Amino acid sequence: MPDETFDVPKIASLARLELTEAEILKFERQLGDILAYIEKLKEVDVESIEPSAHAFEIFDIARPDLARPEEGLSPEQALANAPAATQSEFLVPKVLD
Amino acid sequence: MHPADLTLVQAREQLRAKELSPSELLDALVERIEERDPQVRAYLSYDLEQARSEAEKADLSLPLGGLPIGIKDVLNVQGHPCHCASKILKGYIAPYDATAIRKLREAGGIPFGRLNMDEFAMGSSTENSGFHPTANPHDLERVPGGSSGGSAAAVAGGMALATLGSDTGGSIRQPASFCGVVGMKPTYGRVSRYGLVAYASSLDQIGPFTKTVSDTALLLEALCGPDPKDSTCFQDQKVPAFSQQLDAELSGLKIGVPKEYMEIDGLAPAVKESIQQALTTYESLGCEIIEISLPHTEYAVATYYIAANAEASSNLARFDGVRYGHRSAHADSLLEQYQLSREEGFGDEVKRRIILGTYVLSSGYYDAYYNRAQKVRTLIRQDFEKAFEQVDLIAGPTSPCTAFKMGDRLDDPVQMYLADVLTIPVNLAGTCALSVPCGVEEVDGKSLPIGLQLIGKPLEEAALLAASAVFHDQPQSQKEATF
Repeated sequence: MPDETFDVPKIASLARLELTEAEILKFERQLGDILAYIEKLKEVDVESIEPSAHAFEIFDIARPDLARPEEGLSPEQALANAPAATQSEFLVPKVLD
Repeated sequence: MHPADLTLVQAREQLRAKELSPSELLDALVERIEERDPQVRAYLSYDLEQARSEAEKADLSLPLGGLPIGIKDVLNVQGHPCHCASKILKGYIAPYDATAIRKLREAGGIPFGRLNMDEFAMGSSTENSGFHPTANPHDLERVPGGSSGGSAAAVAGGMALATLGSDTGGSIRQPASFCGVVGMKPTYGRVSRYGLVAYASSLDQIGPFTKTVSDTALLLEALCGPDPKDSTCFQDQKVPAFSQQLDAELSGLKIGVPKEYMEIDGLAPAVKESIQQALTTYESLGCEIIEISLPHTEYAVATYYIAANAEASSNLARFDGVRYGHRSAHADSLLEQYQLSREEGFGDEVKRRIILGTYVLSSGYYDAYYNRAQKVRTLIRQDFEKAFEQVDLIAGPTSPCTAFKMGDRLDDPVQMYLADVLTIPVNLAGTCALSVPCGVEEVDGKSLPIGLQLIGKPLEEAALLAASAVFHDQPQSQKEATF
């Protein structure tokens, strides 16, 4: 039973995806099935259980705050894969009129 | 023996004895690839000239000196394409080496070839590649598993000595099982993820595919270790000499068998029988087999698809046509550029997962889905913690079934997701596991491999390797392959 509030075009727009009509219809059906499946989790008693974002508490380890220019990319390297660029900037369509 | 059929350990001996040169080894691999890959399609590309120039400088005294290692298309190798088998990254050339690649090079290894995968590692069959599907070398009508299907098929088909893959929900172990090779997911934090294109950062881990357990040990030694560039990598870890510990005594070892794994829906009789035989082998070696329970197993897939897709929707936001990758030619505004570039560049499965992940994180649904899934993740972790108070290792099937036919599950995402039902819990718990070939199922005149999954305590890969080495340290799979 698909969630009535599952609005594929709206979610797609939040995710910056421009879907075709055919994709919207297909995803509505398939994602409805997936959501029905994950409803299973409602059976589990999670009262007083702490959430885990990671398997182990080993995140957020800081390294010394030192500049390491030799480890970074040069502007040429950073721009080498750009679809459009000048010698020092990425180019995008006009943002302000 | 054809050099492409050698194990890493055998090839290293021949290289050091000057019976074979690193360039000859590369040529032999390419000969094999040209002969077999038109049917298997494990490789997306390879650069023989580049590899040969590295081979000529190889220091054969190093642990992997002169040995070519195939790379899943999700790891950055400087100067080589890194497409994640996605059209959105077509033409992308990696500007740096992933830490795993740097460490491979430091050990003398030569990254060779880009191996096919499900787009952005999202899938269980390698049919979701943005370029072409890969076939299983044991039966070309069947899938090699996924998402690291190219990495598994290349080793199984005698087109690579060993390869690297990544495992977020089973993407190394499940294809290793389907293709009859050894595949390991190390403990989360063992191998740096720097330079691995992120799918679900809290679950992703890099690991090896090899023909034997000894080879896995050898390759793993090179990959593990601290890295200041990955804040989730264990910074103070010691890397054991895995290959020196393969003969560890097994007598007295307590092996737990989760009843939920042996009673899972869709468990093929041949798979169950093979696993039981493997357990009998362990018993004859003096191990104690204990039935255990991992009670939240049935919730792992649902938990995973919320947690992994939530992370994916965030990680894949970077593909917007600005700094790299495909940019739509039809956009009039920046917003349209984002939307159209992503629509044109991503395949169906990637879009499905981005939408699902965006939904479970969206306002009003976060608590019902994402937060609840994270709490169930805690319960799944605790299942393993409790089990490991009682046993040293956990054993069961890697996959409920052997390789399925191409197309069989493509239109039914839930069925496809269930292919990973026995591998996903390990990623959620963060611990280590491997799949080792333990038998075959005879189907339509073909021998389809069956994988035994062994799950170890966090950072105890050595115990895992020792237990699997006695069971299987011969590259048997190739004799049974189609070729």
